[in-house]
Amino acid sequence: MIYLDNSSTTRQADEVTALMSEVAREDFGNPSSLHRLGLSAQNRVTLARKQVAKALGATPEEICFNSCGTEGDSTVISGVAESRRHRGNKIITSAVEHPAVLEACARLEHKGFEVVRIPVDGECRIDMERYEAELDERTVLVSVMTVNNETGAVMPVRRMAEAAHAKKILFHTDAVQALGKIPLAGIGADFITVSGHKIHGPKGTGALYIRKGTHLPPLLPGGGQEKNMRSGTENVPGIAGLGEACRLLERESTEKMAAARMYLLEGIREQIPDIRVNSPKDGAASVLNISFLGTRGEVLLHTLEEDEIYVSTGSACSSNKKGRSHVLSAMGLSPKEIEGAIRFSFSRYNTVEEMDVVLGRLTAAVNRFRRLGSFR
Amino acid sequence: MNEKNIFIVRCGEVALKGMNKPYFEKTLAERIRRNLKDYDGVEVKRHEGLIFVRSPKELNSEEIIRQVSRVFGVSSISPAVEAPSDLDAIGETAVEFMKQQIRERGIRTFKVEAKRADKTFPVKSPEIARIIGASVLIGCKVLKVDVHEPDCKLFVDLRRDRTYLYDEKIQGFGGLPLGTNGKGLVLLSGGIDSPVAAWMMAKRGMVIEALHFHSYPYTSPRAQQKVEELAGIVASYCGRMKIHVINLLPIQEQIVQNCPEEETTILVRRFMMRIGERIARRSGCMMLITGENLGQVASQTAEALVVTDACVQMPVMRPLIAMDKVDIMDKAMEIGTYEKSIEPYEDCCTVFLPKHPTTKPRLAQIEASEALLDVEGLVDAAVKSEEIVRIDVG
Repeated sequence: MIYLDNSSTTRQADEVTALMSEVAREDFGNPSSLHRLGLSAQNRVTLARKQVAKALGATPEEICFNSCGTEGDSTVISGVAESRRHRGNKIITSAVEHPAVLEACARLEHKGFEVVRIPVDGECRIDMERYEAELDERTVLVSVMTVNNETGAVMPVRRMAEAAHAKKILFHTDAVQALGKIPLAGIGADFITVSGHKIHGPKGTGALYIRKGTHLPPLLPGGGQEKNMRSGTENVPGIAGLGEACRLLERESTEKMAAARMYLLEGIREQIPDIRVNSPKDGAASVLNISFLGTRGEVLLHTLEEDEIYVSTGSACSSNKKGRSHVLSAMGLSPKEIEGAIRFSFSRYNTVEEMDVVLGRLTAAVNRFRRLGSFR
Repeated sequence: MNEKNIFIVRCGEVALKGMNKPYFEKTLAERIRRNLKDYDGVEVKRHEGLIFVRSPKELNSEEIIRQVSRVFGVSSISPAVEAPSDLDAIGETAVEFMKQQIRERGIRTFKVEAKRADKTFPVKSPEIARIIGASVLIGCKVLKVDVHEPDCKLFVDLRRDRTYLYDEKIQGFGGLPLGTNGKGLVLLSGGIDSPVAAWMMAKRGMVIEALHFHSYPYTSPRAQQKVEELAGIVASYCGRMKIHVINLLPIQEQIVQNCPEEETTILVRRFMMRIGERIARRSGCMMLITGENLGQVASQTAEALVVTDACVQMPVMRPLIAMDKVDIMDKAMEIGTYEKSIEPYEDCCTVFLPKHPTTKPRLAQIEASEALLDVEGLVDAAVKSEEIVRIDVG
């Protein structure tokens, strides 16, 4: 199997699985319990909090565990809207955010907020001029992702955060696709969303960084866990797994990923004509998005699947919907270009050797489709 | 009162079957028993042209009614109470029954209708109704008679040994018991029409097998998953089902490369029929069933249907042929397949769609195009590649 759909989800690292089953077996206590079992469970959570904090360049007190990226995004967007309503009703985001952000903003729009979605160009670069012009005294929050999930484009989050802070505006970034791919320390955001399953950690785990001194109302009221930010008994094995996944990131660089990606890109450029590379040159090492003109991405996907090569068309979250990728649309791609788009997304487990296999199968699949299509 | 809940099940058309009547009734009782097999202590018995279901009090009546009313051949079902066939006893039971209706439904007016199946009983039907009505008026002071629009119409069904009282008739689907009318092979696409077609033939007693074509990798594996789930819904009416699954892509590729574009659909359609006939013969199905509907799409014009039929010997049943699309959709909603059918995975019919399909194909022209292909070889290979999926009641 060659798994190139790591932006959808990743294979859980064996170390993570081993640790989680150990925690589930041995330290099954409730961290809130006063007895020894409670304490040992709490220690697991404390260790994980340090590990996640380190990966984000934060202090442990700034980390709140939750269930996923979507929860983190929603907590911040609805929370800031609620707590800063008296200051203004405008939220700035980008046109290429994950649905978790776009839909949370759309919901606020129905409640009377003004939502500005900053456009991007054909290489998924955000329009900074427009962005800076939109920052005004009515704006309460900016939410822009660190790395785009479909193209791998890296957004200038640090500069954007500085510009927002100059106007006393809070800044959130969804860094689900960025963790482990680009450094997050010093990125300057007030809130950072991350998720476990994109970094070989467990599904159903996530963390939210909340800058010290920033107030945010909780999404769920309840027993007061996570300093009252996220009530509900802690998912101790999941949290431990998330911490372990962050620890494992330390020993890895993105070089292997980048090498596999570059090898595949060059091979495609040599062997397959009529393509459009949708990922920017300076994008993250984890994503390569290419349109094979005159083909249908989904057919290529199923053809590759027959050889146990797994890729994706657009983002997994929208592949079931009839609509075309909103990200590629926002970049101005034509319907034909969008229809032929494939996303290859990499992890530390991919190798250059695998890319030779992918190249061969992919070239055959594209040729087969184009040959059939040429009869029409 | 009785220890068990009683349900009177009427068999409708089965009763018209003359010499075959016992066979149909027996099969129907068997089908009802099968639908109730997961419920302990339920009895299903035939008696005087009716079927009586008795279930322990603790079982939910709604559940029993739902399971029985979906059996093909059942025209209606009534939850009932019973009494000895004696006017005093019937009167007492009627009072009890009506008191319950007052408590549960707050009825204030009623009317009695009586039927004397036992003609030797000395009192005639209108008189029975009058006597029981009088007992109810005495026993339930709040009730008044209203012969035009009563809140509750009490039926008294007087038979030789027992008398049954009930006030509602829940309609079943009618039709004939499954297994009394041979076996057919339905071409099941995953759209709205074909599951309805299969259901309608099953309703007339036909056992169903299904044939599904896909074009993987041009279609998604989820499309097949969807067809299996649809078949599960159909199977909930007509029992476990076998789906023959065949990849049509090799044939579609040949057609696209060798034949005129505008004929693609009709050519593919004829291959489906040929393969269908071969599979049907092999699995003991005596006819093909399709969801085709006159004029709905290019392959379903009168001319196209004639050309399609010309390639097979076996009769092709098209139960939806003269229905309007909205009526087919209503039926799909009624039987519960609609929501599943409209899930948006491509089925193989939408792949390789020509821009301007021919709507008035001529047989000679189509046969000329097929002469460019190795028809027998392609059909053989397709039949050999068949995979079988068994669908349990969903």
